[in-house]
Amino acid sequence: MASYATTDHHDDHDHKPTGFFERWFMSTNHKDIGTLYLVFSLVMFLIGGAMALVIRAELFQPGLQLVHPDFFNSMTTVHALVMIFGAVMPAFVGLANWMIPMMVGAPDMALPRMNNWSFWIMPFAFALLLSTLFMDGGAPAGGWTLYPPLSIQGGNNVAFVIFAVHMMGISSIMGAINIIATILNMRAPGMDLLKMPVFVWTWLITAFLLIAVMPVLAGAVTMLLTDKFFGTSFFSAAGGGDPVMFQHIFWFFGHPEVYIMILPAFGIVSEIIPTFSRKPLFGYQAMVYATASIAFLSFIVWAHHMFTVGMPLGGQLFFMYATMLIAVPTGVKVFNWVATMWRGSMTFETPMLFAVGFVILFTIGGFSGLMLAIVPADFQYHDTYFVVAHFHYVLVTGAIFSIMAAVYYWLPKWTGRMYNETLGKWHFWLSTITVNVLFFPQHFLGLAGMPRRIPDYNPAFADFNMISSVGGFAFGITQLLFVWILIDCCWLKRGAKATQGVWESAKGLEWTLPSPAPYHSFTTPPKIDDRMLAHGDVTH
Amino acid sequence: MNLPARHRVLLKRMLIACAVSFVFCFSLIPIYTIYCEITGINGKTGTLSPASASASGKQIDRSRTVKVEFDATVKAGLDWEFRPKVASVDVHPGEVIEVLFEAVNREPEAIVGQAVPSVAPNRASLYFSKTECFCFTEQPLQAGESKDMPVRFVIDPELPRNVSTVTLSYVFYRNDHATQRLAQSAVTVDNHTL
Repeated sequence: MASYATTDHHDDHDHKPTGFFERWFMSTNHKDIGTLYLVFSLVMFLIGGAMALVIRAELFQPGLQLVHPDFFNSMTTVHALVMIFGAVMPAFVGLANWMIPMMVGAPDMALPRMNNWSFWIMPFAFALLLSTLFMDGGAPAGGWTLYPPLSIQGGNNVAFVIFAVHMMGISSIMGAINIIATILNMRAPGMDLLKMPVFVWTWLITAFLLIAVMPVLAGAVTMLLTDKFFGTSFFSAAGGGDPVMFQHIFWFFGHPEVYIMILPAFGIVSEIIPTFSRKPLFGYQAMVYATASIAFLSFIVWAHHMFTVGMPLGGQLFFMYATMLIAVPTGVKVFNWVATMWRGSMTFETPMLFAVGFVILFTIGGFSGLMLAIVPADFQYHDTYFVVAHFHYVLVTGAIFSIMAAVYYWLPKWTGRMYNETLGKWHFWLSTITVNVLFFPQHFLGLAGMPRRIPDYNPAFADFNMISSVGGFAFGITQLLFVWILIDCCWLKRGAKATQGVWESAKGLEWTLPSPAPYHSFTTPPKIDDRMLAHGDVTH
Repeated sequence: MNLPARHRVLLKRMLIACAVSFVFCFSLIPIYTIYCEITGINGKTGTLSPASASASGKQIDRSRTVKVEFDATVKAGLDWEFRPKVASVDVHPGEVIEVLFEAVNREPEAIVGQAVPSVAPNRASLYFSKTECFCFTEQPLQAGESKDMPVRFVIDPELPRNVSTVTLSYVFYRNDHATQRLAQSAVTVDNHTL
């Protein structure tokens, strides 16, 4: 592949800040901040995973064995908060930080100082959240959805959790503003909106979703705070409020949040599949419009999370049909990924394995979502393990698999070294097998009527729970292999040197930079030749 | 901050969008209430008063009888007895009816309760109007006190034909803030008499 890196990159003077403190704590460099986000996300993934293992250990057998039920409830609650706000979202922001400037030909993020703030709020937010585990009265145990009155019956943890959520929200909003400013203002000349990589498109739309809904979450938890400490009655029936209203407001945030956690994943998979199929993405514009339609629909389906609260029939029908409508643009996407692979010269390196695994397993999660959308069926499935299985298929084999795919795909570009391909393949196959052993039986448990968020259960559910727990521990241990692969590649630098293009037919501006990508890239905008873009030909 | 103008403009717009979104969150509360009032869900009932009924020429429809059932619940954390004096009444649409609910405070201290009403079936709620109700105000009960609480209602003669039974139910909640205020004012009164 010819070098398109236009200027300055042969110059070895990267001008990195010298001291450790200056480099990492005061950094305004998009690559360093991206690394910080990704490392933070990995740490949170391991902490949240450890909590999941406490849950699976307790559920290994019926009866109460290991932990107090209160602590069990704290584990389900904090596991969710850590995984959603600490692992998945920061991982996507980290990838955006690393890749978006390199993909659109910008020298850095638009607002580098704010970028530093938005990362460094996160460790404080999670210190607040996790400190509740060591408090009198324990961590929040009312579920991550924080439904009142249960959520505000806790002790001091209520205020800690609410302020932690406020801080995470501020961080996400600043990250989103930065991403929008970078994409809208910093594209190199010739990088038209409809020539941008799909990952950049999905992040642009995700960032708008974040700006629209994170303030709503902030408002909702602020109302919880004043209800608990300042005598208001937003959600207290005794004072004229309504607890169901919290659910409406929460899910008005919560459903777009679901897509905040999956749209960037769609973008990643749309980058990887064409590379390893050696074909341009099928239906590029359809992908962009499907993403926008999903984002729009995400605002009008929130009440499908709460069909059982007692809703008028018209409301149930509206939310059921609107929810099912989302299957159309999502179906377009899955079709396009399959059509991209169709008759491609496919190879199955680790990123591609994770991407194909994503397509198959995410689709399973999508189908169980359709089942949950059916109102009469939902009355049976609501708050059972079927729901748990559904959202873990879309979040673990969806969002997390895509993040792993992205890390393997771009790691050689970041570090200049290839990762260990054999271990990477082991990681994929072990993860895929164990994650299915972990979550597939939960469908059966849910259909048989096992409720979620319980530390003990009817012995009738024992067998499938045991299988699920075995899968859970195997999946958890497998992720230590991932950590080892990262250490092996980034720290020990044992892999082969990566070439500039890394993959045989990877297209896009990031592959025109040397590997590892220089500390300052595209300090002058690159001259864009449509042939080097994945979607340079707009007729696709 | 020394930012290029295009970034500054965009930053300003995005911050405004965030502020709008935050305000929108709080505006959802009146929107929710208004929506419930329009559709008659969530215990919101009609607004027909006897005066407006006669002014609009609505007569008592003696040809029709609707059974109104009463239901009373006390929420956990409130040791009150609470029941309707009659289980149900047969009424003609347009007629103003008064029934009594009885509440007894079994707790050793004065408590302020708040009743929250609900009407079933949902399609009847907009045709069911309460002209006077103990649920309109906070209800203080001294320790051991028993009180008859009236509710006066009228059913709109335009109640859909297929509705023959309407259930009016109440849930009594403990109003913590008002109870605290009551206890404090009692203390001040005591101090004053001393």
